[in-house]
Amino acid sequence: MSAVIEASAVGKRFGRTWALRDTTLTVPAGRIVGLVGSNGAGKTTLLNLAVGLSRPTEGQITVLGSRPGHDVEQLAKVGFLAQDVPLYRDLSIRDHLQLGARLNPRWDAASSHARVARAGLDPTQRAGALSGGQRAQLALAVAIGKRPELLILDEPVASLDPLARRNFLADLTELAADGLSIVLSSHLLADVERVCDHLIVLAAGSVRLAGDVDDLLATHKVLTGARRHPDRLPAEQTVIQHSHTDRQTTLLIHTTQPVLDPSWIVSEVGLEELVLAYMATPPADDTTAAGRPALRRAG
Amino acid sequence: MIEFRIDSTSGMSPYRQLVHQVRQAVLLGVLREGDQLPTVKEVVAKVAINPNTVLKAYRELEFEGLAEGRPGVGTFVTRALADSSFAAHATLRKDLGGWLIKARRAGLDDESIAALFESTVRSRANEGAA
Repeated sequence: MSAVIEASAVGKRFGRTWALRDTTLTVPAGRIVGLVGSNGAGKTTLLNLAVGLSRPTEGQITVLGSRPGHDVEQLAKVGFLAQDVPLYRDLSIRDHLQLGARLNPRWDAASSHARVARAGLDPTQRAGALSGGQRAQLALAVAIGKRPELLILDEPVASLDPLARRNFLADLTELAADGLSIVLSSHLLADVERVCDHLIVLAAGSVRLAGDVDDLLATHKVLTGARRHPDRLPAEQTVIQHSHTDRQTTLLIHTTQPVLDPSWIVSEVGLEELVLAYMATPPADDTTAAGRPALRRAG
Repeated sequence: MIEFRIDSTSGMSPYRQLVHQVRQAVLLGVLREGDQLPTVKEVVAKVAINPNTVLKAYRELEFEGLAEGRPGVGTFVTRALADSSFAAHATLRKDLGGWLIKARRAGLDDESIAALFESTVRSRANEGAA
C-alpha cells in the first residue's frame, strides 16, 4: 500500500527549541491514523508540517508524493481541520459553502450541503453563533467538500459534547470506508482505540512508537509473576516498562515470539496501557542497541 | 439483521466484540442461515469504529465458516452454530454444576472459583503451547 505521508529525518526548531527532532515516518494510505502524545510532544508541529503551514528546519517531508503546499494541485488533495476550528465569524453557513465552492476546483456542492443539512444546521446562521459541535460539523463539511485524498485533523473532538463527538467520529469512519485517508491527533485514547487502525506516539519531539494497531497489540505482552530481575529474559524480549512490588514483577515487553516461560502469567496489552507506557519511556537513543531501557536502574 | 454495540470498557477489542456478537446471535437463533450482516458502512455509521475492524471481523467469521462474503452484495450467515458442540452443552453444564457444588462445599466463593477456573484454563493452554 502506498504512503500518504513520508517524513525522513524531519526536525523543526522554534528559536532554540526543537519542537520535533529526527522524525522518520511512513503513514500508509487508506487508514485512520491516530497521533497521540502529551501536550508539547510535537503533534501540532508535525501536522502543520504535513499540510505545508510550516517548513521543516531539517529533513524532508512528502505528502501524497510532493512537498506539502507546493502547488495548487497538492493543496486540493489535502483537507485540514486546525485545532481552533477556524471559521469566519460573520459569514453564514451558506457563505462558507459558497466560499468553498469558489476556492476549490473539485468542490462537491451536493455532499457538503447534505452534510450541513444532516447535522441540522440552518444555512442562514452566522458561524459566530454556532455551538462548538456545530462549528466542528461545518468545518468538517468544508474540509470534506473539497474532496481531499487525505484529511488531517488536529484535536477535532476536544470541544465536542459526547453526542456531537460520536456523530463526528461516525462521519469520519464512514469517510474512511469510502477510501479517504485520515490522520487525527487526539488525547482521547478510547476514541483512538475505537476508530484508528494505525498509531503514532510522539513524546518530547520524537516518534516513540508507530505501526498498525493490530501489529502493535500482537507484539506486546504484559508479564506478571514472582519478583525477579528483568535482565534474565530471552534476547527477543525487550522490556518497555517494568514495575515491582516486594513479591511481584510486572513487565510490559515487546516480542515477536511466543512467551514460553510458564512462570509468567501472560496477558494481552490494551491500547491505552501501551500508549501510556511509550509516552513515559525515554527515547530510544537512551537505550542500548539491544533495546533494554532502564534495566540497569531496576531494583 | 443484527445491530452491533461496542463497549469500550469491556477490555475486549472492538474486532473481537463484533465476532463475539455475531456468534452469540447465531447461537441464540437471532441470526439464521441466509441472514445478511450489516454492511461495513452501516456498521461504522452506527457505532463509529474503524472500517477495517469490521472487515477483519467479517473475514474472521468467514474463516470460521460462519459467514460468507458475496462480492458486491454483502456478507451472509452461512450456517447455524447449533451443531455437535451445542448438543454437548447440556452434559457439560451438568458436570460443571456438580463440580461447583463440590467447590462451594470446599469453601470457595465465586471469585475464587473464577480465579481457579481461569488459571487452570491458562495452565492447560501453556502445556499445549510448550
